Amino acid sequence: MGGDVESYKTPVGRVQGLGSAKSGFRHWWGQRVTAVALVPLVLWLGFGLAVYGSADYEAARAWVAGPVTAVLWIVALAAALYHAALGLQVVIEDYVDGDGMKVVAILAAQAFCILLAVGGIIAVLRIVLGG
Amino acid sequence: MAEFRLPANSRIREGKTYSVASGGGDIRRIRVYRYDPDTGDNPRIDTYEFDAAQTGPMVLDALLKIKNEVDPTLTFRRSCREGICGSCAMNIDGTNTLACTKGLDEIKGDVNVYPLPHLEVVKDLVPDLTHFYAQYASIKPWLKTETPTPPDRERLQSKTERDLLDGLYECILCACCSTSCPSYWWNGDRYLGPAALLQAYRWIADSRDEATGERLDDLEDPYRLYRCHTILNCTATCPKGLNPGKAIAEIKRCIAERNI
Repeated sequence: MGGDVESYKTPVGRVQGLGSAKSGFRHWWGQRVTAVALVPLVLWLGFGLAVYGSADYEAARAWVAGPVTAVLWIVALAAALYHAALGLQVVIEDYVDGDGMKVVAILAAQAFCILLAVGGIIAVLRIVLGG
Repeated sequence: MAEFRLPANSRIREGKTYSVASGGGDIRRIRVYRYDPDTGDNPRIDTYEFDAAQTGPMVLDALLKIKNEVDPTLTFRRSCREGICGSCAMNIDGTNTLACTKGLDEIKGDVNVYPLPHLEVVKDLVPDLTHFYAQYASIKPWLKTETPTPPDRERLQSKTERDLLDGLYECILCACCSTSCPSYWWNGDRYLGPAALLQAYRWIADSRDEATGERLDDLEDPYRLYRCHTILNCTATCPKGLNPGKAIAEIKRCIAERNI
């Protein structure tokens, strides 16, 4: 906020900056929609893991390969990691100063979430296809 | 990264202790943040002992008594002494509020008084509000219309439409809410903060205003509006009992409505 560099820019000019991005709604909405979707998905996942987490390998594999289960697994992975990517971006924007560092951190967080999502989905597909 | 520790020249030291009390009475201690830019010294906390039985009931009364009788260098803003001008906003007993409406009897033990948080300090309890006021100016806090004013009467509004402004028009721009908001602390250069956003909504909610879409365009921004994470310190601290958090949620609702 303070002017380290000498500038005759007016306070209002500083506030206006580069103007409104005219975006932010999609991000905010996506976060809320995925949050609501994750309530039943996480309950289902927690229940499934509690039951099949201690089951033997073949039973757990058969559970994941079931048609409904596989779809729900993929949707849950996508929703959770999309939600995580959006949330991490907010945290980084809040706390990381400096545009360069901020962009690098956001891209890294998004890459991390995409890798996890794609990896997770491929793992489910391999089980379904018996690979 | 965000700064979690004060810069070396801003760290607070223990200052002097003065006594206004002349023995007996109801002796209270008030601990006040002092900073004088002319000396180059670090800020310090000065302690004043005063007789609450011989002082008015509010924190502002105690500050005035100290300024009048002990230390005329103690610097703070004040004007109306009845909670309508917003000048004496400061951090008292850990909460942003108005010194003129905060009763000494509401505070147990020592009365700790600091300037509003996370603003540059001009002197003692006087923070620099330049940026805060510029943010207010940026939301264009006036009626914007295309329809000319009717020549024979004022612009009409139904009673229900007028009621929508209740809880908004009462804001006195004391800056208690914005300076209590962590999002405003970390990103106040770009985030408008609860005060400016409540004021923005005051014009969005006004049935006579014809620039609602333009106003929403200006606000729909990841920083200007969406830095609000519904922490609600603003609503908790507002000395006028207003709800800036709800006003911000209403702006988000308006934007959602026009997108879906």
